[in-house]
Amino acid sequence: MDALILARLQFAITTIYHFFFVPLTLGLSILVAVMETFYVRTGREVYLRMTKFWGKLFLINFAMGVVTGIVQEFQFGMNWSEYSRYVGDIFGAPLAIEALLAFFLESTFLGVWIFGWDKLSKGVHAATMWAVAIGSNISALWILIANSFMQEPVGYAIENGRAVMTDFFEVVFNPNIFYMFPHVLMSGLATAGFFMISISAYHLLRKRETDLFRRSFQLAAMVAAIASVVIALNGHSQAQHMIESQPMKMAATEALWETESPASFSILTIGNLSGSGEVFSIRLPRLLCLLAYDRFNCTIRGMNDLQAEFEAMYGPGDYTPPPVIPYWSFRLMVGSGFLMIGLSIYALFLVMGEMFDRRSKALKIFQWTVLLPYLANATGWLLTEVGRFPWVVYRLVTLEQGVSNIVSAGSVLFSLIGYILIYSALIVATVYLLLKYSKAGPEPSGQADAPESDMGSRDMPSLVGAED
Amino acid sequence: MDLNTVWFILIAVLYIGFFVLEGFDLGVGMLLPFIGRNDTNRRVVINTIGPHWDGNEVWLLTAGGATFAAFPMWYATMFSGFYLALFLLLAALILRGVAFEFRSKDENPKWRAFWDWSIFAGSLLTALLLGVAFANLVRGVPIDADMNYVGGFFNLLNPYALLGGIATIAIFLLHGAIFLSMKASGEVENRARYAAKKLWLPVVAIMLALLIATYLATDILERLGVDPFLIQLTFDAATMIVGCFLRRDRYGWAFAMTSVAIAFAVVTMFQIMYPRVMISSLNPDWSLTIYNASSSPYTLQVMTIVALIFVPIVLAYQGWSYWVFRKRVEGKPEKLTY
Repeated sequence: MDALILARLQFAITTIYHFFFVPLTLGLSILVAVMETFYVRTGREVYLRMTKFWGKLFLINFAMGVVTGIVQEFQFGMNWSEYSRYVGDIFGAPLAIEALLAFFLESTFLGVWIFGWDKLSKGVHAATMWAVAIGSNISALWILIANSFMQEPVGYAIENGRAVMTDFFEVVFNPNIFYMFPHVLMSGLATAGFFMISISAYHLLRKRETDLFRRSFQLAAMVAAIASVVIALNGHSQAQHMIESQPMKMAATEALWETESPASFSILTIGNLSGSGEVFSIRLPRLLCLLAYDRFNCTIRGMNDLQAEFEAMYGPGDYTPPPVIPYWSFRLMVGSGFLMIGLSIYALFLVMGEMFDRRSKALKIFQWTVLLPYLANATGWLLTEVGRFPWVVYRLVTLEQGVSNIVSAGSVLFSLIGYILIYSALIVATVYLLLKYSKAGPEPSGQADAPESDMGSRDMPSLVGAED
Repeated sequence: MDLNTVWFILIAVLYIGFFVLEGFDLGVGMLLPFIGRNDTNRRVVINTIGPHWDGNEVWLLTAGGATFAAFPMWYATMFSGFYLALFLLLAALILRGVAFEFRSKDENPKWRAFWDWSIFAGSLLTALLLGVAFANLVRGVPIDADMNYVGGFFNLLNPYALLGGIATIAIFLLHGAIFLSMKASGEVENRARYAAKKLWLPVVAIMLALLIATYLATDILERLGVDPFLIQLTFDAATMIVGCFLRRDRYGWAFAMTSVAIAFAVVTMFQIMYPRVMISSLNPDWSLTIYNASSSPYTLQVMTIVALIFVPIVLAYQGWSYWVFRKRVEGKPEKLTY
């Protein structure tokens, strides 16, 4: 295998692996901060125990997000040095700003939060978790600003054979970021919501710590429902933006080889082995127009058309992504998304009826729903990144131009095998710890005279009541 | 002073922050198996750096990000050129970082032993590789006319670079032992004090050897003449004075002195390099400098404004975090977090 394939494989594996941990960090940091704020405001021990229980799971996950993130920052220079030279003038800035604004904030205050329980006042301690939550989410913002430049380069000019920044604010306020950041932010909250729903369901089913897990379930159902709905609405506008900014990605996602007017939506398309045409397809007429333009009549350009246009503009070459990846990623992502909406609204409905801990059949299902956001997160990035093929920066730098030309295939193979070994071992350890602490439940209540009612207090003040 | 020089200095400052801060937590990590002889002691050792190691490591990430933003050619040449060395560094940082968070989350002695050795090995490898990398930066490496590193992995393992690696391990060990003497209590404190006193003289000898080797292996003399003398003197004096403070059991002062020594060692390295950032051993004209490796003036301006606003804020809250944990770590198991 040549160095380019290996470098791409390594980037894909390390990025997906990294993003396995990031969304939970983004969302759960906010939710743990919310729980601790409830504790500060009400002084009720149950919120403290909630904070500590979910906080411990947060920490296990956070550590993995941090260490796998270091690889990402270094990898641009190590494996994509020609890319780094060509766009470093623009791309380096958001990365440096991310480190300065976000990494310091989250790491420093997380250290204080972990070790500061008996050294700080309650309010200040809760504030440190808010600093972690803000830091993590700012970090996502800046890395997505950097990624947006790759999706939709703006604010630059070509001088002396490389791209230079001409307007920092144009780079920061890239049109793409307004679709991408809310999508990732809400995915984080949905991931955290479903994570809490599943673990709470596990304990409610076994009638352990009912009070604590009822409250957790309530909070999580609310957050997951809101986030899932926003994700779908936002995803819809994101796709409408994509058809303007990257028509090829849309064509590949819809397995649309030939330009179609009005365009149909594919329910199921099987392509031939080389990916150059379809063998079998079930399509709903006009639906793609409705999705893409909110109307029944439109023209959506197919891959063959776009390939010809790109060849005319950029010379001969393969400008068509392998449609099987964007096509199935999109369907898995959207499918998980709709399931998440349905399930979280059902969870919310149960919460409102105050009867969710008696519905053991529902709880049995909810135990497993945590897998959905993970599937959606991974496939979402596959769609976003593979759909940009063959461009590292859209219409500006191709994969071949961007890869390090002095790093041998042997070196990349060595590091790739190294990452696979380390990451495989670590995922085993992480899942082991997450399962162990999830199943163990919270630490026993510290106050002997205040047993948190396990009888499911019907008059329990809900989260709204906790605000006073 | 032009912005290119400002950014060269700023990156030097970031590395000073990194080596002084992460230096002690790497040292503590390397001392872990020797000073922590039972589980409680090991937990005390780890808890002294627990609140800080992650924040300290961010100095390296920020230095990397700043290099990318201000000198993309430097970032591209160094990171692709030192590929395998950096991969090993990343592997070490990954294992070490996860180990801090994971080791106390299970009672199994084998589990704990594995992560404790990960902390030790990860810290040792990190210190070694950083020393080797920086020694190569000041010594010069084969770089061709296209700004590409053309040596292999084993080119990096020359005697001078290995001495740089050993010296980095040595000074971090001393720095870490002094930090432990300040922050631990009981048995751990006593053993750390003993270690610091025993380590001091060998460290001075290694530093002296590095200094001599630097005059032989780099172009420090012809480029700077006696100019770096004051800085060198401060560096040596600081390393020497550490011994006086250790004899009087003044660990705060001793720590200040190892910090000064490390800071001035970094200053010396950057002084040798300036205005080059990657020295070509093949042809002086092929070296990367702060001018031919830099970003556009506009990007440098933007980044300068960002840095002027946020570096002081970072310093303020990180300083505050050290103030919060100014007290010694006690050896009561129920009070230990990690």
